[in-house]
Amino acid sequence: MEKLREIAGELLKSNDVKVVIGYTKGMNNKVTPFFAKKQEDIAKLICGNSCAQNLAVYLYKKDISDLGKPAIVANIHTLRGIMRLAVEKQIDKKEMIILAIDNAGDIQKLDNLSDLENYLSSVIPQLNEEDQQMLDELNRMTPGERMVFWKQEMKKCIKCYACRQACPLCYCTRCTVEENQPQWIPVASSVVGNLEWHMMRAMHLSGRCVECGQCGKVCPVNIPIHLLPVRIAQEMKTLYGTSTGISLSEKCDMSTFKPDDKENFIG
Amino acid sequence: MNHQFKLLRKESYSGLIGNLLKSQQVYGPVKQEGYTYYKRISYPDEITEDYIIPQMSAKSFVFPKIEKLFSFVKSKDGVRVEDKNLDTIPKKVIFGVRPCDATGIHNLSAIFLWEPEDSIFKKRREQTTIISFACSSADDYCFCTSLGGGPGNTAGSDIQLIKTGTNDYLAEIITPKGAEIVSSNPGLFEDVDSVEKEKYLVRLPVCFDDSELEDKITDAFDTAIFDDLSMKCVGCGACAFICPVCGCFDIQDETKGSMGQRVRIWDSCGLRQFTLHTSGHNPRDTQGARYRQRLMHKFSYMPDRLGVKGCVGCGRCSRACPVEINIHENLQQITKLVKIHKHE
Ligand code: SF4
Ligand code: SF4
Ligand code: SF4
Ligand code: SF4
Repeated sequence: MEKLREIAGELLKSNDVKVVIGYTKGMNNKVTPFFAKKQEDIAKLICGNSCAQNLAVYLYKKDISDLGKPAIVANIHTLRGIMRLAVEKQIDKKEMIILAIDNAGDIQKLDNLSDLENYLSSVIPQLNEEDQQMLDELNRMTPGERMVFWKQEMKKCIKCYACRQACPLCYCTRCTVEENQPQWIPVASSVVGNLEWHMMRAMHLSGRCVECGQCGKVCPVNIPIHLLPVRIAQEMKTLYGTSTGISLSEKCDMSTFKPDDKENFIG
Repeated sequence: MNHQFKLLRKESYSGLIGNLLKSQQVYGPVKQEGYTYYKRISYPDEITEDYIIPQMSAKSFVFPKIEKLFSFVKSKDGVRVEDKNLDTIPKKVIFGVRPCDATGIHNLSAIFLWEPEDSIFKKRREQTTIISFACSSADDYCFCTSLGGGPGNTAGSDIQLIKTGTNDYLAEIITPKGAEIVSSNPGLFEDVDSVEKEKYLVRLPVCFDDSELEDKITDAFDTAIFDDLSMKCVGCGACAFICPVCGCFDIQDETKGSMGQRVRIWDSCGLRQFTLHTSGHNPRDTQGARYRQRLMHKFSYMPDRLGVKGCVGCGRCSRACPVEINIHENLQQITKLVKIHKHE
């Protein structure tokens, strides 16, 4: 924590960085995103295992970009989010400093994307135990049982789009689900429409999702919605052997064709 | 406010629900995978009393997330439009509504029954009887007392049940609808002489003075405070959809071939599309401007025009917010602002 505050303080002092995107303790002791802009804000910055949110989502938000060059406190989810956003040319030209924090709490200052690529080359992405257990359970089900499970969950969905808004890779400013001329997917929240919306979202994230689980964490009615994109991410790994948010040279698997691509899923 | 009180013994409580189940749909707080939702029940013991506040508010009983307004069929001879048949709206009694949620329905009525009255909302309201449970516990997010409400607040309730030390219930009869339930269940409700309701309620401290809130927030319109408070906001609909008083809606047509229906669905001022014009211009182009609208509507415009606040202090939006924006904390900050000038 001290080291983080020290580095963040120096960055702000040098006037090179205008805002440090990180975490603080909010009301009721909850960890919440925080934007340190002045020296007196620095003491409020915190880090640790409870700082789990993927902050990469803030890198392309207008209100925050308007503040000037950022430094961003980055756990593994945020790091992969940044990398993937750069690969997809959303923030590849953005000037920023990345303060990478590993599980042991060690901090490394990364000045550019190739530093980030280096840092990530030694990281093996791993799903947390709880998510893996839930996925195993879903995998054990028959397709029919899985349909029942998801339909039950879809009944609860209120289409608040918190999952989409909190996801760093859901950066489209116009989403198909809100289009009504023509209407692709029912805008109103109903079981079938909700299922269509979440399948559409999961498919759009295939080969892009960085498995941070943020979309599921934020759902106000506790739908483990991240299991859809995360499950597809695992499928992509099995099919094409690729991971996301790790290297600058990775592609978008779903829109890349190679003559030796496996085609065994075509019936 | 001199309401009549009766005693509903624990042995009679299930009997009351059983009787109601014979004549109408009954809903109540039900546990589902560890979370509590207001749900339709078939047996009295499905209702739980072990909850602070259900995940979703009770607003959907009068303002469902999707409401059909009318249906239409297109043919050679033109378009035939058929209004929603209000007689299809069933009678319902909702048990275990929290006082804040009942107040929410009361405040929501100020929006929907504002001239011209919304006939569907009105019918739903008429068909719904609310039997609230007073609160004997609260969590860190509850702040109803800071906004003039409280754990035994009766606005919006027809009957309020207060659990006593002997696990019986005091029944406070608030409206004629409530009185009718008492009179049509003879033998279940007993007379009581002394009533000490307060001692069974949770004590929730008042954390800010709301008497100047309307003036202060109105004065703050042009300041940067809303940008600061909402900098971390990701612009979703969670806070609005989960709120018992948010009443904004969108209108959509759901069509299939040559027929379809026009529906009213929940909308949220936090979403970018909420005020997006067809030209591409958006008068609320930043999240700060959207969050300002959220707070101004609740604490300035609604009190000014409708005489009720757009917030009952249930704390749901803070519990639901993906980035922990806490409305209670925000209001404390706003009430601490130095007053600039008094509004007429
Ligand atoms: S956050 Fe949950 S309720 Fe909201 S749209 Fe996503 S899945 Fe549905
Ligand atoms: S886990 Fe969810 S929030 Fe995270 S990148 Fe994948 S889809 Fe987005
Ligand atoms: S606390 Fe939030 S959710 Fe509850 S009434 Fe107020 S604005 Fe609505
Ligand atoms: S729930 Fe939170 S993030 Fe979503 S719009 Fe409301 S304040 Fe913003």
